[in-house]
Amino acid sequence: MLNKPDQLLEEARKLLAQAASEADIEAVRIRFLGKKGELTAILRSMGSLGHEERKELGKRANRVRDEVESLIAEAKSKAATLLRAARFSAERLDVTEPGTPVSLGNLHPITQTIDEICRIFANMGYSVTEGPEVETVFNNFDALNAAPNHPSRDLTDTFYITEDTLLRTQTSPVQVRTLRGAKPPIKVISPGRCFRADSPDATHSPMFHQVEGLLVDEGVTMADLKGTLDTFAKRMFGERVVTKFRPHFFPFTEPSAEMDMSCFVCGGEGCRVCKGGGWIEILGCGMVHPNVLRVGGADAERYTGFAFGMGVERIAMLKHGIEDIRLFYENDTRFIGQFG
Amino acid sequence: MLVPISWLRAYTDIDVDVTEFAERMVMSGSNIETVKTFGAEIKGVVIGRVLSVEKHENSDHLVICRVDVGSAALQIVTGATNVTPGILVPVALHGSDLPGGVKIKKGKLRGAVSEGMICAADELGFDDKVTPLGSKDGIWVLPDEFEIGADAVEALGLNETVVDFEITPNRPDCLSILGMARETAAVFGTALRYPNTASEADTEQSAADFIKVEIRRPDLCGRYAARVAKDVVVAESPWWLQRRLMFAGMRPINNIVDITNYVMLEYGHPIHAFDIRTIAGDTIIVDTAKTGETFTTLDNAARVLDADMLLIGDAEKGVAIAGVMGGLNSEIEADTQTILVEAANFNPDSVRLTSKKLGIRSEASSRFEKGVSAELSGTAADRVCALIAETGAGRVVSGIVDNYPGKSVREPIDVRVDRVNALLGTELTQDEMAKMLERLEMDVATAPGLLRVTPPHVRLDLTEEVDFSEEIGRIYGYDNLNTTLHRDNVEAGCSRSWMLRGIVRETLTAMGISEIQTYSFVSPVGVDLIGLPADSDKRRFVKLINPLGEENSVMRTTLLPNMLDVLSVNFNRSNADVKLFEIGNTFLHTGEDELPEERIALSVGAYGAWGFFELKGIVEGLLSRLGIAGAVFESASDTGTYHPGRCARILLPVSGIAERDADDDAPLREIGFMGELHPDVRTAYDIGAEAWGAEIDLDIVIERADLMRYYTPLDRYPAVMRDVSLLTTEDVTVGAIEGIIAKTGGKLLERVQLFDIYRGEQIPPGMKSLSFNLTYRAADRTLTDEEVAKVHEKILNAIEENTGATLREV
Repeated sequence: MLNKPDQLLEEARKLLAQAASEADIEAVRIRFLGKKGELTAILRSMGSLGHEERKELGKRANRVRDEVESLIAEAKSKAATLLRAARFSAERLDVTEPGTPVSLGNLHPITQTIDEICRIFANMGYSVTEGPEVETVFNNFDALNAAPNHPSRDLTDTFYITEDTLLRTQTSPVQVRTLRGAKPPIKVISPGRCFRADSPDATHSPMFHQVEGLLVDEGVTMADLKGTLDTFAKRMFGERVVTKFRPHFFPFTEPSAEMDMSCFVCGGEGCRVCKGGGWIEILGCGMVHPNVLRVGGADAERYTGFAFGMGVERIAMLKHGIEDIRLFYENDTRFIGQFG
Repeated sequence: MLVPISWLRAYTDIDVDVTEFAERMVMSGSNIETVKTFGAEIKGVVIGRVLSVEKHENSDHLVICRVDVGSAALQIVTGATNVTPGILVPVALHGSDLPGGVKIKKGKLRGAVSEGMICAADELGFDDKVTPLGSKDGIWVLPDEFEIGADAVEALGLNETVVDFEITPNRPDCLSILGMARETAAVFGTALRYPNTASEADTEQSAADFIKVEIRRPDLCGRYAARVAKDVVVAESPWWLQRRLMFAGMRPINNIVDITNYVMLEYGHPIHAFDIRTIAGDTIIVDTAKTGETFTTLDNAARVLDADMLLIGDAEKGVAIAGVMGGLNSEIEADTQTILVEAANFNPDSVRLTSKKLGIRSEASSRFEKGVSAELSGTAADRVCALIAETGAGRVVSGIVDNYPGKSVREPIDVRVDRVNALLGTELTQDEMAKMLERLEMDVATAPGLLRVTPPHVRLDLTEEVDFSEEIGRIYGYDNLNTTLHRDNVEAGCSRSWMLRGIVRETLTAMGISEIQTYSFVSPVGVDLIGLPADSDKRRFVKLINPLGEENSVMRTTLLPNMLDVLSVNFNRSNADVKLFEIGNTFLHTGEDELPEERIALSVGAYGAWGFFELKGIVEGLLSRLGIAGAVFESASDTGTYHPGRCARILLPVSGIAERDADDDAPLREIGFMGELHPDVRTAYDIGAEAWGAEIDLDIVIERADLMRYYTPLDRYPAVMRDVSLLTTEDVTVGAIEGIIAKTGGKLLERVQLFDIYRGEQIPPGMKSLSFNLTYRAADRTLTDEEVAKVHEKILNAIEENTGATLREV
């Protein structure tokens, strides 16, 4: 009789070792520790025993009960761990499966390029200003010192609405509007659409975008023009880029220049982007012609200034390696979507 | 402008290699398109003389020649038709190399051995268009001035570097070898050598004995200089002259024509030569043509002239269109004996317009229209005579007939030293500036702080002080200017419209919609395709006078047709789930003499995604982001563009009001439409799926946007919710009931939200059940059931009274 509790302990130990589930363990608990359990039965039956025997058996039975209880707790914890592991295993994902796409729209690459250019100049203190797409012949040509018979005025080059109004061929008329509307110091950047009578092909579009810049103040020099545009090139294309200024001709600036930039891809060694030359033509610029200042109502003796203009499509094409300008206006979502 | 370096060297020294030459020319303003080298690849080509030409037995188009190449007489088979015994030709020997990696080897042609190749000019690297006239479409018949067997590269001088300069429109003086030599001399500080213009002349007669000149339109012809040469023998030019023409891009024709072309390239002054036999009355009359007069030009085309065109005539007829092209009736013929050399100056605009109207662009017209210095005419005529004498093409007659009504004296221009420095940001001295200008052949006198500059007469572009700052700047070198930033007190900003358009773009892209950009000019057909009524304002187009085509002929009045075009392109390329927007100008005709009104619009378009309410949610979300409350969506069934039952007119209260104070009676302003596109419209655009669109006047939205946000204290007291289901007829709109609830609920009603619409068996046909969730809350206390019941009751009564909708028993 006295050995019965330890026999039960051994039996419980054996059963628990085999128990595979929570239910098996519970069955063990009920069998030994339940109200009608075997161990409980021993404790209940002790009344018929002698004092010493009862004391010894009680001691043994209680010890065994504690041990079985701890064995059950241990088995339960082990079963729970196994269960978790089985669940985790069942819930395992193939993390290499594709993610669920989140639909996010993106801006047109032209808008993005304009924003980037404008942000760089805004950080240098330039205000964004805009002008109309339909302009007067006066603002687009005369006020910008274009010769009365300059070929660019021809119907073959420029879209006309009437004899006196046209689709602006450049953003430069905004210079004229700005000068007329404000007193120096003037420091503006002006993005917008321009139009020229070119049939669309890979490198021509009858509509395109320019960003024009204008600074008019006392004491503005050509050195300031160089510094400003060199800073722009570095911010836009990277600090490695170096610039050079070549004399050129524009009717509304004197002196005039074109700015070339060392190729931002190859660093000047020559590659596909710079067509092997190592240099890329980026923009036209110059010191505002006194005639333009005068027409704009500024004192051409007191003030000097510089102006520059760049083609947005050209810069976007360079930056993104786009080879056909028509892609911008076709708006295929497979194209637009690449610039998100 | 093609400039052979060897020709340039005739007028100035070049001590640097081509790379450095090109680099420094570019940096001084003479931009270069290309630098092309000739001759370097050619090896083993010699001068040969054709001894005999015989028929090839097995071929109708091949001949067998015996050619003396000095060391031997070779048998060469050729297909050329212009090969005759006695001529000199370039012969590529066995094992020789030609441009483009071509190797010539001995071989058999139709059974006959060919020990080399007789070359055409293009096989030696020349463009077809410069092949001498006599060798066009055949082998190159060389002038008879070379030693047999000599290396052709050396004998002909085929090693050459030709620089193609890009000449800006302000520098017509650079459309000449001498002009480029002047630039070169200035850049490198070398001396400029002018060509010889003196010739030994026959003094028995004078030009005036042959010709009288009368200028009837001195406004269009500022100078007419004429010289005469007699005993002319029209023949091939000497090789040195042909060579220069060919490398400069012109085809040698005959000695007289070549010399006039040569002088044009050399000085930039066009020259014309007439056969004096054809000049009636020994008189040249410069006058405008008669309208409708026909005239046959050198190219054998009959041209119809008008009264604005300047015509060179004789006593009876026209002989040349001034500055554009000569007449067939007076051209140099093989038997021409006496020639009239015309060096005249014509008005640039006149030449430009004539050339444009007639569609003739010649080397002469393209120079005259950009401007030629009248001072050059005499020199150019003299140079022609000098070359005639030098090449033995004829005997020069003394004297010149020179009518020069347009002569003017060029005044010096004052240039302030400190002004130039102020513009360039330099500290150059007066002396340094003077030296730079003198390198450009300018006369410089000085006064304190002042340069008085007279530029060379060919520099028509230099007219005011600022022009000289560029000359000084480019000779000094733009690279040598400082690189600084201007200091100023200007603050940056942007317009409200610019800033808000940025927010609209951000909001829409965050909603998963991508941006497009489309042309501002469109086809007028678009408004038909989107079904606009005949009297729509959007048909009042701003029209282009000279569009590229009908499809780009008017300025857009609506963005929708472009949006539909783009949806169509994407649909037909099987791009799925397309959601797009565009922000751009629309153009409204305001009056003949005014610029059109440009209004910024927003269009949204989609297929494969959304339904009506997703689109509406986007519009509402956008308005909410811009802080615009009180938008009203009215059913619109007559737009033509949209599905009649699935279109809303979007309106905003005329003045801004807070949402809670929304008032049914507040005046509204239409800002646009949205809805499902009409099946006819999407069929017209070939979009084979339901598509959605919206167009909104963004200018109004921007004007009304309010980005200020005022803090509302967080709720401290609990809300009371009441759900209500209303049974109503189909004609009662959700908007109407919501309006009544909002108005009646007053301050205690926090929110009303529709959560279910039911139509079906449980309710009578033609009826619908609308379920709303009403939230009541007070800011300062917990609401009691009695308080809520009172308001709720009031709301239900108001709904029933106004719409007949009743509480639905569930």
